[in-house]
Amino acid sequence: MSATDRIALPLRRPATALAAWQRSALVLAGLAAALAPLWLLESFHLFQLTMAVIMALAVLGLNIVTGYNGQISLGHGAFFAVGAYATAILMSHLDWSFWATLPVSAVVCGLIGYGVGFPALRLGGLYLALTTFSLAVAVPQILKHKSIEGWTGGVQGLFLVKPDPPAFLPLTPDQWMYCMALIVSSVCFLLAWNLIRGRIGRALMATRDHPIAAEAMGMDIAALKTQAFAVSAMITGLAGSLSAVAVEYVAPDSFSFALSINLFVGMVVGGVASILGSLFGGLFVLFVPNIAEAISKAAPGVIYGVILIAFLFLLPDGFAGLLRRLAARLRRASP
Amino acid sequence: MRLNRRALLLGTAGSLALPQLAPAQEAPGVTATEIRIGSTNALSGPASAYSVITKGLAAMFRRVNDQGGIAGRQINFIAYDDGYQPPRTLEQTRRLVEQDRVAFLFNQLGTPTNSAIHRYVNQRKIPHLFLATGADKWANPREYPWTIGWQPSYRTEAQIYAKYLLEQKPNTKLGLLYQNDDFGKDYVNGVRDVLGPRFDAMVKLASHEATDPTIDSQIVSLQAAGCDALICGIIPRFAAQAIRRVFDIGWKPMMFMTNVSVSVGTVMQPAGLEKGVGLLTSDYRKDQSDPAWADDPGMKEWRDFMRRYVPDGELGDNNYTYAYGVGSTMLQVLKQCGNDFSRENVMRQATNIAPMDIATLLPGVKVQSQPRNYNVIRQMQLQRWNGRAWERFGGVIEGANV
Amino acid sequence: MDGLAHQIVAGIATGGIYAAVSLALVMIYQATHHVNFAQGEMATLSTFIAWSMIEAGIPYWVAFFATIAISFVIGAAVERLLMRPVQNAPVLTHVGVFIGLLLIVGNATGWIFGYTTKLFPTPFESDKPLLGGLVSAHELGSTAVTLAVLSLVYLFFRHTRLGLAMRAAAYNPRSARLVGIRVGWMLALGWGLAAAIGAVAGMMVAPVVFLDPTMMLGILLYAFAGALLGGIDNPSGAVIGGFAVGVLENLAGAYVVGTELKLTVALAIIIGVLVVKPSGLFGRVVMSRV
Repeated sequence: MSATDRIALPLRRPATALAAWQRSALVLAGLAAALAPLWLLESFHLFQLTMAVIMALAVLGLNIVTGYNGQISLGHGAFFAVGAYATAILMSHLDWSFWATLPVSAVVCGLIGYGVGFPALRLGGLYLALTTFSLAVAVPQILKHKSIEGWTGGVQGLFLVKPDPPAFLPLTPDQWMYCMALIVSSVCFLLAWNLIRGRIGRALMATRDHPIAAEAMGMDIAALKTQAFAVSAMITGLAGSLSAVAVEYVAPDSFSFALSINLFVGMVVGGVASILGSLFGGLFVLFVPNIAEAISKAAPGVIYGVILIAFLFLLPDGFAGLLRRLAARLRRASP
Repeated sequence: MRLNRRALLLGTAGSLALPQLAPAQEAPGVTATEIRIGSTNALSGPASAYSVITKGLAAMFRRVNDQGGIAGRQINFIAYDDGYQPPRTLEQTRRLVEQDRVAFLFNQLGTPTNSAIHRYVNQRKIPHLFLATGADKWANPREYPWTIGWQPSYRTEAQIYAKYLLEQKPNTKLGLLYQNDDFGKDYVNGVRDVLGPRFDAMVKLASHEATDPTIDSQIVSLQAAGCDALICGIIPRFAAQAIRRVFDIGWKPMMFMTNVSVSVGTVMQPAGLEKGVGLLTSDYRKDQSDPAWADDPGMKEWRDFMRRYVPDGELGDNNYTYAYGVGSTMLQVLKQCGNDFSRENVMRQATNIAPMDIATLLPGVKVQSQPRNYNVIRQMQLQRWNGRAWERFGGVIEGANV
Repeated sequence: MDGLAHQIVAGIATGGIYAAVSLALVMIYQATHHVNFAQGEMATLSTFIAWSMIEAGIPYWVAFFATIAISFVIGAAVERLLMRPVQNAPVLTHVGVFIGLLLIVGNATGWIFGYTTKLFPTPFESDKPLLGGLVSAHELGSTAVTLAVLSLVYLFFRHTRLGLAMRAAAYNPRSARLVGIRVGWMLALGWGLAAAIGAVAGMMVAPVVFLDPTMMLGILLYAFAGALLGGIDNPSGAVIGGFAVGVLENLAGAYVVGTELKLTVALAIIIGVLVVKPSGLFGRVVMSRV
């Protein structure tokens, strides 16, 4: 019995039909909630929220391969790093504009993810988790290797500058950064939503839950798994690109294995195999360490660990699990 | 720490509730009763060994407050955890500047972490004082006038070793053992500065990662390459390993150790006191576990402070003497400010320190700064381990002029 | 050639460290089918407990066995308090709890015991360095201890009813329960044993690498690699795997790619092996039923 077999998760429940006006009202409300911080928050909080959105996007990427496809990755910080460096190198060495670097970053990360996906086919559960974890540990070492030091800046890292807002928009650079993070993330979340809701999503989950049955039904498991890795790496890599411009600096120390661990924590507390949960996970990994610090300056790491475990006790299937249960209760209450 | 946090919460609440009450001419982070100072450190994660610096500094400011504060104002020292991750350093620094509205930033830890905020603080003209890192890029007043370091740079230290070595052994074959990060690489750079074109022929490099369990393989390689000298840019745990292993395999190179890792209590004793005989270093601090300073008035002052303000602190940890030194420098700057704690004046005073002695620094080593020279400590002295204590020899060296 | 021999000897000495920790990892896998990411941090904490006792003047061997007992209790308590509440949650939640545990233990150790490098004594003292100074009496002694622990573990699992019951509880909890095995207690016992073996590993490693709160950070990764290389369900495979990783990384670092990529290459080789033999060199191939 491999570890993957035991990720017993419900298949997505059938979408309840919403009237068209309800759906557009939801979309409008979501849009308003996403844009309101632009005017409500001052620049520091807006910056924090930007980082949370970026983390949420990275968690979404991880969720595709681990949550929906059951391939445990503890090394997604590696893809985040590659995306960040792709953007940083193109912007600081070649003076590309930020938007132009995104496709390159996505393609590079997608290819690397595809490459990682192949050995992953042979490695089940735990073996894959540890192999990807070692990838996360090795990445900083590779980034500062002397053969590519000219491009990556070695241990000193690279500096870049956040793009200015277009002249016709009366926004500060911080506000514009938030908008960019929002735009890229919304597009990725929408694409992921469509992917998961459709045939491919069902195939991914079938491969996760009953690989042999899925194969017997004629699914090409190898192709599905490697493609899931590629898409996942691509999304996490785009989050890395955004973080490079938001922080305006990349260095090997920014992408230590702690980052991969953080992404994983975000996925688990948000809810495995949940798109909305990824959003919550991003908020959790960004804001909870600060809460932990406010509780104890002496050992914030201990408090963070305690909060994490307490959260998993209360909500073993994450924030998304709570939402699912609430929704189920609501549906039962109103027949 | 607890008292500090309450003060912090009060301070934050105050600044949120009454943002526009502060008179326009008042300097940011300064009121009639308070000066707010911000810092970041690795309070969690693998680098949290340095968190004791923040603990020591908080205790120093508590002592000042007990004694009536600076110019009638209490110091509110706010330190946040960045886990040694550059993006979090930026986040926490922005919190300090934009939300807590500190007057200035002081002794933030780490090279990559400070790099992430280097431009931010200089664009906003926020004093970024006496950083806890030995990179030499902080002494660049022309491009980054608002950033100033404190300790002598690792690169200068490496230059001193290379020059001394060339004097003693002009045709040496040098082994260079360094941690593969900005700290270790500075030792490579410093040696390269001195050797120039001869570097490749004379030097055999061996790096290690902070995650390596041992460095035996590197030492075996350097010995096998025929090196007769060894410069080490490594942290204490590996330093103790290196000293012991070099001795055990009967290799007798002329061995230099970074002054980061020469504490008697935490390196020399664990390695074995007799195994390090002949080891060379160049330091600016007194080592609290060195018997030579048992009756030194400066170290007595430090011990007295530790007993009263950090009673649970580990006396063997030299981050506390570091904190005492850098904290004393900061207090000197605040005293020089008189009654004007504007950012401009704080920076002016921080870059105009007349040469002064500090209790925990070696005799003859001064703290000083000029608007054109941001190297606050620029003197060191060579010393040799005799099996019981560090013996200083030669004069005090300024820069790399051995 | 002398250099090569020295590198191999140094690699075997370091490999002994990995082997000890690999063994602890395999142990907990045998008993619980989990890989505990906090294993290294827990072992460091145990070593600090032993250190405090020795500092307080307690003789080495008394402290040694007392630490093993205390660690056993801590390990069993962790299972009871932290793993029990999430036993029915998905496996990813378990990994989340392991990460929480890692954060708590890792950060608490430095906070409680301080961060400075400490000398941990060895019971295998000798004045003369052996094999040209590359191997100390301690390294020989600790390898002997590792092998002794390995034999005990083997005998325990193969030849005692309790060992059999523990294996059954980990392998198929439901059937085990049906034949009257108290699965919950078996898991707690497994955690206790793993923590005890981790404590032994920590106390054997500390005299070599020196004791500080981050002592196990790197070792754990190499130990994982060793355990995977040997096969996560095979104790002797893990010990061989640990030694192999030690030698491999030294040779790769010294002769192939330079020390800057030592870790990367060691990991690449291991992944390569795993791709060819996914259950490790000595692991059992598990067939799944439809």
